[in-house]
Amino acid sequence: MSLTAKDKKMVKAFWAKVAGKAEDIGCDALSRMLVVYPQTKTYFSHWKDLSPGSAPVRKHGGTIMGGISLAVASIDDLSAGLLALSELHAFKLRVDPANFKILSHNILVVLAILFPNEFNPEAHVAMDKFLAAVGRALSEKYR
Amino acid sequence: MVEWTDFERATIQSVFEKMDYDDVGPAALSRCLVVYPWTQRYFGNFGNLYNAAAIQGNPMVAAHGKTVLHGLDRAVKNMDDIKATYAELSVLHSEKLRVDPDNFRLLADCLTIVVAARMGADFTADVQGAFQKFLAVVVSSLGRQYH
Repeated sequence: MSLTAKDKKMVKAFWAKVAGKAEDIGCDALSRMLVVYPQTKTYFSHWKDLSPGSAPVRKHGGTIMGGISLAVASIDDLSAGLLALSELHAFKLRVDPANFKILSHNILVVLAILFPNEFNPEAHVAMDKFLAAVGRALSEKYR
Repeated sequence: MVEWTDFERATIQSVFEKMDYDDVGPAALSRCLVVYPWTQRYFGNFGNLYNAAAIQGNPMVAAHGKTVLHGLDRAVKNMDDIKATYAELSVLHSEKLRVDPDNFRLLADCLTIVVAARMGADFTADVQGAFQKFLAVVVSSLGRQYH
């Protein structure tokens, strides 16, 4: 299920519309993930405050969205563009890749809430495919 | 037996009370057919599913979306025994309709996205948690009688 030219066009166009709210998207998606999938909290035991919208959550949401932005810019070669991030996740962070799907789902929920009209079924399928491809690229260096 | 908190019970009743079934049902099913196109395999006699516009405008899809959503009413009214409530429907989906049970999860995800879009900020993380837990129980119950 690789990204077609149509998918890439849709992702870039949609991202252009939503990028202005990237930090809010990241913060809300991460907040939801920590509440709805409490097992994900295990990766953040070093944070003082895991509550929705807290300072570390907002900051890290922004970091994650920076990575998504990089992925959009690297959409024609995600493996190359996300190589450093893949190595980070594989060797240092060691986040179980199942969690990429969980975070992706929460990003989609936030997009639906913030952009109910623009996040139509066609934008949804392109973004779902794109986030899955990003997850695969991030998993590449794991083993 | 699934344990529901008071918050979860109240949330599920409230979300479904406020829901416009005629809007959400068709929106969720058509979104599922677009986002996960292999699900179209069950709707060979629905006519034109050629592209997203055709799917979203298809009256048979819309009608079936409403049917499916009203099917959730039984679970909303019987939260303490969803498994028994859906035993017959599970057999139907397995033996007659032959639907791969993974599709229930896919439709549930699309329903979550549609409800989130309709509720906006009211679809808080806690509401999302309750809603997803409810759908997970429904999905599990529908898959229960497969063998």
